[in-house]
Amino acid sequence: MPAIGVRHRLLRDRRVWIGLGVLAFMAVAALTAPLIAPYKPDAQLDIVQLAGQAPSSAHWLGTDPFGRDVLSRMLFGSRVSLTIALAAVAMAMTFGTLVGVIAGYFGGPVDSVLMRLVDAAFSIPPLLYIIVVAALWGDVGIVALTLLIASVAWFGVSRLVRAKALTVRDADFVMAARALGMSSWRIVTRHVLPNVVGPAIVTSTLAIGNVILLEAGLSYLGIGVRPPQASWGSIIQDGAERMSDQWWLTLFPGLAILVTAFACNALGDALRDALDPRQLQPLRDDDTPLITA
Amino acid sequence: MTPPLLEIETLHTSFSTEAGIARAVDGVSFQLHAGETLGVVGESGCGKSVTALSILRLVRPPGRIEAGSAIRFEGTNLLALAERDMQHVRGNRIAMVFQEPMTALNPVFTVGDQIAEVARIHAGASRRSAAAKAVEMLALVGIPDPAQRATEYPHQLSGGMRQRVVIAMALVMNPALIIADEPTTALDVTIQAQILELLADLTRRLGTSVLLITHDLGVVAENCSRVIVMYAGEVVEESTTVELFAHAHHPYTEGLLGAMPRVGRGAERLATIPGTVPAPTAWPVGCRFRERCAFAWDRCAKDHPPLYQLGSGHQSRCHLAEEPNRRAHPHTPLAAASGVASA
Repeated sequence: MPAIGVRHRLLRDRRVWIGLGVLAFMAVAALTAPLIAPYKPDAQLDIVQLAGQAPSSAHWLGTDPFGRDVLSRMLFGSRVSLTIALAAVAMAMTFGTLVGVIAGYFGGPVDSVLMRLVDAAFSIPPLLYIIVVAALWGDVGIVALTLLIASVAWFGVSRLVRAKALTVRDADFVMAARALGMSSWRIVTRHVLPNVVGPAIVTSTLAIGNVILLEAGLSYLGIGVRPPQASWGSIIQDGAERMSDQWWLTLFPGLAILVTAFACNALGDALRDALDPRQLQPLRDDDTPLITA
Repeated sequence: MTPPLLEIETLHTSFSTEAGIARAVDGVSFQLHAGETLGVVGESGCGKSVTALSILRLVRPPGRIEAGSAIRFEGTNLLALAERDMQHVRGNRIAMVFQEPMTALNPVFTVGDQIAEVARIHAGASRRSAAAKAVEMLALVGIPDPAQRATEYPHQLSGGMRQRVVIAMALVMNPALIIADEPTTALDVTIQAQILELLADLTRRLGTSVLLITHDLGVVAENCSRVIVMYAGEVVEESTTVELFAHAHHPYTEGLLGAMPRVGRGAERLATIPGTVPAPTAWPVGCRFRERCAFAWDRCAKDHPPLYQLGSGHQSRCHLAEEPNRRAHPHTPLAAASGVASA
């Protein structure tokens, strides 16, 4: 992997710190949810007294119509939302990179077949596709939901990786590597993969935001996460009907989604800029690296 | 006499294009002896680079080497080898130095890693001994502070340094043959001489044969013992360098020599060869240089000239070998007369 310039530029980029900071905060909150959540996420505290309370010192983010603490539900919900997002994106990135590298490096009919499949997949609206599959499948749990989301998230990665692999395949250094006796397998692992992981990571980071939104949308539609379990999307769903008078039910989980997506995009943008080979310039004397490679 | 290190026999390499089949290399034969530096000259599109790629079997579809061609190297026909065995030849017995050192190195690995890689594939060297080998090779190609340089990335080195790295990579396994395809074209003039000198010096010391592809006859004069002149996919003249410069026979070779600047010739305009190379999809019948030639006559339009023997080791693909008197009556080449290209 490119080291010197990239690491240096990443460490100096404010977007990296903001993105990582937000995500770290989210991750810590999700991991320590049982410790820091003031209430049990599905405990109906007092259905008469506490239903639909506005934010107060006892319930920072208010309570929902069932008398459950919104903050506690969000903390536990972040576990579901973030896990699904990360797992789905990791799967999509791996699979998309694999397909992209195969299509791009081997080219010809392999490429045509794979890319026409991707074109076909692109033409189906992901939400519609998941709803149909979920309806046919019946009981869609979190694992199935993750797989479904991953199955619609990899096309973008594969397209991009293929385009990059195509240019790398025709690069002089690949020809030089072949002239030095490298096998196709070695060229793929040594030359093509290292040159495409950058773009793959970047698009995947950008996809995390979309995937969280997709999961929220699905939960809102009642697919995937089932009551009383919480995810950010399902909390919004619970509050959707009361948006006019109980704004806190939708505002706070909405903000959480927004901020997470924003942090991922900031991180992705910074990564994209840092990994751009055109920016791989020699360090100038006045650029003191914060960490030496 | 010992058998030649490399023997190419009627090599035909063609590319299927939309315009038809382009016969980029059309029946090329030559030999290269151990320890020899053989120059291949010709203008762009004459087939010299495709010949080089064909030797290593690196021609990619839609290009292919036609049946009936043979490339014998150290007694083996490379065209009959399995891909796996061919990988063992590449980089190990035959190495290649490319034109563009900017792009011939992978930007994401250190140069030390890239040199070490060669030792790792071919010699099965351990990570450590390969890394040590890389530093040793960098020192061999005259890079100062090699241990430090080995940890640097290609973008941190100058063009000349990078070409030294490329040469180091080619020499790791001490190959019998190095194919250098325009190794200095992309470099500054001052660096060109250094790189050529380095290549000449190292190959002399290691006893490596070199196939030096260039469009620069000056480079040939300084580095090669023998020369092959290619035109339109064919060898049109072959001779020792001394003989070629003293008694070039083929009008194309004469044209190339006339286009070279020389000391002591004053400030006259350099001669040019009118016209351009015909399209490889439709080589003309008869002599392929006819339209650009000042001596062409009706025979040149009908008979495709064979390689005429002129003397020991000197061959020329020109009918003038049989009718030398016609040299006395040059005329305006067809290409110049019809205004195909201005001189």
